[in-house]
Amino acid sequence: MIISIASGKGGTGKTTVATNLALSIKNAQILDCDVEEPNAHIFIKPKIQEKIFVFIPVPQIDKTKCNYCGKCKQVCMYNAIAILNKTTLVFAELCHGCGSCTYFCPQKAIKEVDKEIGFTEIGYGSTSFITDLQFVHGKLNIGQAMAPPLIRAVKKHISSTRVNIIDAPPGTSCPVIESIKESDFCILVTEPTPFGLNDLILAIEVLRKLKIPFGVIINRSDLGDNKTDEYCQNQNIPILMRIPFKKEIASAYSQGVPIVEVLPKYREHFKELFRRISNGEFN
Amino acid sequence: MKQIVVISGKGGTGKTVITASFAALANNTVMADCDVDAADLHLLLKPEIKEKHEFKSGKTAVIDQDKCILCGKCKMICRFDAISVDKFKIFLEKKLQKKELGENMGTDKDRFVVDSVSCEGCAFCSFVCPCGAIEMKENIAGQWFDSQTRFGPMIHAKLGIAQENSGKLVSLVRKRAKEKAEEINADWVIIDGSPGIGCAVIASLSGVDCALVVTEPSLSGLHDATRVIDVARHFKVPVALVINKYDLNIDVAEKIVQYCQSNNVPLIGKIGFDKDIVKAMVQGETIIEYSQGEISTKIKSIWDRLQKEVLDGKS
Repeated sequence: MIISIASGKGGTGKTTVATNLALSIKNAQILDCDVEEPNAHIFIKPKIQEKIFVFIPVPQIDKTKCNYCGKCKQVCMYNAIAILNKTTLVFAELCHGCGSCTYFCPQKAIKEVDKEIGFTEIGYGSTSFITDLQFVHGKLNIGQAMAPPLIRAVKKHISSTRVNIIDAPPGTSCPVIESIKESDFCILVTEPTPFGLNDLILAIEVLRKLKIPFGVIINRSDLGDNKTDEYCQNQNIPILMRIPFKKEIASAYSQGVPIVEVLPKYREHFKELFRRISNGEFN
Repeated sequence: MKQIVVISGKGGTGKTVITASFAALANNTVMADCDVDAADLHLLLKPEIKEKHEFKSGKTAVIDQDKCILCGKCKMICRFDAISVDKFKIFLEKKLQKKELGENMGTDKDRFVVDSVSCEGCAFCSFVCPCGAIEMKENIAGQWFDSQTRFGPMIHAKLGIAQENSGKLVSLVRKRAKEKAEEINADWVIIDGSPGIGCAVIASLSGVDCALVVTEPSLSGLHDATRVIDVARHFKVPVALVINKYDLNIDVAEKIVQYCQSNNVPLIGKIGFDKDIVKAMVQGETIIEYSQGEISTKIKSIWDRLQKEVLDGKS
């Protein structure tokens, strides 16, 4: 089973929900797909067993074979190849690694070389009360623009025998889609403010397009207004949980401590939430 | 004319609230909302849209089923797993409706289909198809707007649902905002950035005069701020930092102060947690308009400091 946690707006509590859910149930695996700014490790404090560098293939031109015919430039949709005065230039940061230029080069002058974009780390949860929690995250290298290939590398570790919990990045564009597609269920975390609601509606449109069943958790549920509640009721969207604004929670969060450690009753809330999701009550 | 972008790494630290406050404080500015996939600045600045434009970007492969000979070459070369074989039943039903041939029920036929969400528009399949059955169709990937607010012009955008290329849309918004600023002789372009460190953030900070990083006193906030500062410096953009909600954890706030000192990041202000921020947001106002309290004074002094940083600074 795959449950993803997404939000539209950043900072609403995705990582809080993902880590606390993972720490409350048996046989879970958390996959932090927010490879631009991964934070789950701060709360899980995993023991890392393996680090794998992730590469994307980019073209390299063999100058002795290239006759500047321009075929590679012509087939590249990303403007990643330019030909200037008998030099073929490759702009690796624009390359999506589709392989088209290599395939079509009449001189066989292009070979693909690996360019490092980041790494994944695999380990297990080291917090005292959960020992069987598997942990995977990805970290994008500084200055790298494209997160999706690294997200795909993280998602390769999805286990068919575990409950996979995916912590998605904020927003609604390609990194989010890459993270949440193929999920069985998506939890949208929001806050009851105009910003939270505006971005929640955008996230809901994405989930409807991807045909993924979803429900909403309202975090800091006592700050703001009740427009989010009204919206969910009108749209028949299940509200899965409300987490009030509490100094204890904010303070635990700020120090990298999961809620279930300071307020153990939340473990029961998350267990119950998981039970209802896996029973298909919200589908 | 100087350009300032407000970024954070981590989401929800207060970028948009601070950007909107600067809009209220700055004289002669153009605003740009570059958080194109979850834009919120319009909720506070309430722009009146003057012009609406389509944002066309990227292409998606479409297979003409009548021309397709089912060779499977497209599926073989696609690296984005965007082409799959469809269950033939749906195909047959369509054919049946057309020809009303019941006896063809058992014919074993496949159909190749493109998942438009996974397709990255590389066109490799269209070049490799032996019978010209694949066409690349242009995407309408969003809209962008030329607007007017009570504080001056604003350029903003809306990325289409499940569209990519947000980096390109950010660049478009920035280009238009800069042109606008040149047209009206504005002193500032103030840009609301997006969370993260990837393509949208890189597009929003390249070539600006200063990136203001807004963070919060949590280990996540600190972790993410250091990464986005590294990105800004990688692209040689000067940075300054503000700690928002600093009193939620004084110890972590102190760690951020130390980080700034040891990494030569100018710390230009600390803002306390204040419920008025949410109240102002619910009213659809900037905090500067909503409250004359301490928080407004703080943000004013941050804006003054930031102007000094930019005008006297390294840029």
